[in-house]
Amino acid sequence: MSDAPFRREDAGQPPSLFPAYASTTARSPSLPPIRIPHTVTETTGPANWPALMGAALDDLTTQHKAAPIGQRIIVSGRVLDEDKRPVPNSVIEIWQANAAGRYVHKKDQWDAPLDPNFTGAGRAISDADGNYRFITIRPGAYPWGNHHNAWRPAHIHLSLFGPAFATRLVTQLYFPDDTLIDIDPIANAVPLPFRQRMVAHFDIGTTRPNWALGYRFDIVLRGRDATPFEP
Amino acid sequence: MNMPDNQSPDLFGQTPSQTVGPFFHYGLSWKGAADLVGESDLGARAELFPPEHYLLAQPRPRPPIAAPVIELGGLVLDGNGLPVPDAMVETWQADAEGNYAGAFPGFGRAATGEDGAWRIRTIRPGLVAGPGNHRQAPHIAIGLFGRGLLKRLATRAYFEGAPENQDDPILSLVPASRRHTLMARAQGGAWRFDIVLQGANETVFFDV
Repeated sequence: MSDAPFRREDAGQPPSLFPAYASTTARSPSLPPIRIPHTVTETTGPANWPALMGAALDDLTTQHKAAPIGQRIIVSGRVLDEDKRPVPNSVIEIWQANAAGRYVHKKDQWDAPLDPNFTGAGRAISDADGNYRFITIRPGAYPWGNHHNAWRPAHIHLSLFGPAFATRLVTQLYFPDDTLIDIDPIANAVPLPFRQRMVAHFDIGTTRPNWALGYRFDIVLRGRDATPFEP
Repeated sequence: MNMPDNQSPDLFGQTPSQTVGPFFHYGLSWKGAADLVGESDLGARAELFPPEHYLLAQPRPRPPIAAPVIELGGLVLDGNGLPVPDAMVETWQADAEGNYAGAFPGFGRAATGEDGAWRIRTIRPGLVAGPGNHRQAPHIAIGLFGRGLLKRLATRAYFEGAPENQDDPILSLVPASRRHTLMARAQGGAWRFDIVLQGANETVFFDV
């Protein structure tokens, strides 16, 4: 049933306004959003997202002449809905800073080196069981202008459409041994314990001997809702 | 004792949303994503990263579309009335017959420029099925992302003057005094749709 509605936000989603993250102050709506029923507009999405986006580019360490500098890692997991059903054929768009914490973006101009062998962009596609995997290097932390001596914890940006407009998600993956998470306003816009959903799990089982550390990260999109809408 | 993490069974649930931040342009808005009917590079900000780092090429060409081409765009403005130069607009719409996800891709993506402006080239969607026996007026669903946006803001662009707007089941949920914020207006051969994040004439955003 492609027109069945999806569930709404759960308690783990951040607010739009979170003053500790200063950029939200002038960019968050002052009026509450108006709840609307899920019509066919909200319950559909691009039919063949991989065809629209292109083939997987899921090894970010082999995109240039030589290997990038940094700790090689394997990120893998499943794309699931809230009923733990796999979400197959879902494109996961990926972007991140390099090992020194610098983006190839021209507006990122802090004093850390660029790596000619690392772009930090790619995409993975989930298989029939929702499994995905990509290879990259662990990004570095970097300073930002939010407040005095502000540093973002190391993170990887992940973007997914899922089956419908209603299931669209952009999130960030964090690392379990990163003490900067506790003092990061963006991560902490998500209240505990839900914030920890964004912290990847170090996994010796997917760590490849003599080659790369393994991290597990399941991505959970909204599930179907059996409750009819009542405005 | 370790903190719980992504794999803790007790924490299973929706992955939280986070901002795209200011540096998404080489990861997200691939060239041409804002041109749903042609093969231009519309939508990207290729000047923001070196060409050797443009890896996310988009498959081409697109299937030919019989319907007339329209342009939809405008400014993204913050609560101080300033343009938002690091936002991304995503669009999702039906084809001219009101069907989703047929041959027409229906999905667009445009980064805002330094002036806060964005635009897509597309077709005007048809009437779309709605709840019960209602039909929905032609509309384009919009998702907005950007630095300072912890989660997507969802809205809709309707077409000013469309007779079906009077009976649209979603517009009817919006206070009459705010419906004008959802109306794209014909201006200079294009449809103008500004998105005001906050304050006077704040755009209506939907909880979807």
